[in-house]
Amino acid sequence: MPHDDPHHPHSLLPSDPALRVKALETVLTRKGLIDPAALDAIIDTYETKIGPRNGAHVVAKAWTDPAFLQALRDDATQAVADLGYYGRQGEHLVVVENTPKRHNMVVCTLCSCYPWPLLGIPPGWYKSDAYRARAVREPRAVLADFGVTLPEQTAVRVWDSTAEVRYLVLPMRPEGTDGMDAEALAALVSRDSMIGTGLVEALR
Amino acid sequence: MSRVHDMGGRFGDGPVVPEPEGEVFHAEWHKRALAVTLASGSLGQWNIDISRHARESLAPMDYTAFTYYEKWMAGLAELLVARGVLTEADLAGGTDADPHPLADRKLTAEAVPEVLARGGPADRDSDTAPVFKPGDRVVTRRLAQNTLVAGGHTRLPRYAAGARGEILRYHGTHVLPDSNAHDLGEAPEPLYAVVFPASELWAQPEHPNDEVVLDLWQSYLAPA
Repeated sequence: MPHDDPHHPHSLLPSDPALRVKALETVLTRKGLIDPAALDAIIDTYETKIGPRNGAHVVAKAWTDPAFLQALRDDATQAVADLGYYGRQGEHLVVVENTPKRHNMVVCTLCSCYPWPLLGIPPGWYKSDAYRARAVREPRAVLADFGVTLPEQTAVRVWDSTAEVRYLVLPMRPEGTDGMDAEALAALVSRDSMIGTGLVEALR
Repeated sequence: MSRVHDMGGRFGDGPVVPEPEGEVFHAEWHKRALAVTLASGSLGQWNIDISRHARESLAPMDYTAFTYYEKWMAGLAELLVARGVLTEADLAGGTDADPHPLADRKLTAEAVPEVLARGGPADRDSDTAPVFKPGDRVVTRRLAQNTLVAGGHTRLPRYAAGARGEILRYHGTHVLPDSNAHDLGEAPEPLYAVVFPASELWAQPEHPNDEVVLDLWQSYLAPA
């Protein structure tokens, strides 16, 4: 384990971050401990295969399929696994539903916990000190940074991800979307609306 | 006092800056940092709680100055040496090319999809029975500190220490980070979502009906 002494092995690496990563990758590769092709496969997964469109699919299905909504309420982990969304940083999922009376918002104040299989790698702001520090104390001021203002009668419930449980916000379906199918609805669902820093708006 | 990473409720951080959805990585080296970290984790020499502890144990000056993936790289370098995977001479560039005893554990490109899809669930059977149920009133430990190891890892943020809340949901029995981060075993115990009125946590809550929910282990809680 790391100890609280002033000596830090990481200070042996180059100070430039890009060179620091390169140095670690090089020594690990030379030792036969990592395969650069595996790194490429990991990067490709999170750049092209896993991202917030997965979550948007879940949200749109919940809006259009009452049986699926009930399955999400009963066991969200199983319900989304049945759609093919399970894996690293998504082993225990809970879906929290926005209503006119309650708006949900997710943060990890201790690090950057986030539902990867549904939303991909978290955005920079989610991992920032500002979001981690402020979301629990002044969620409405943080929402204002995103241009979102909630009605006075709406209470905010902030979920601080302190364990391995990952939360997905189910935003409210906007009015005027009755005729839309799940695919068209999914296109309206933003990543931020599934973290709770955005709302879903109907296209005008 | 807690460590520098425990920043929930801190003042003075400025605005949150939104960014477009398609922007996954901001630099090429961020991708490599993520991938090197995940691939190194596959060597099986530490668990997620140990790796979180490694990052939060960075010197406060480093933790504050480093960008996100710099923290990951620094934490990884510390772990690789602390767990005996690499030596400081290796990090300094003086490495030899002898076969490494862990080389047969190397994550291959073919195995990546299966490994990412499998994940690492934290629920475990436990001998510790749940003593709370939804609706019960509880109070958290007054000190947001590991009770097993001085300066050790815990997942009770300082802002919620000594606070009164209500059990909202039972999550089953999960690995206890305070133990698992220090090679003391998984020590699974009941885990709950606990809801706190914002007025219990902050002197000037933004709205009287706002709430904060945290996932907390049974040993963090007492009846209130």
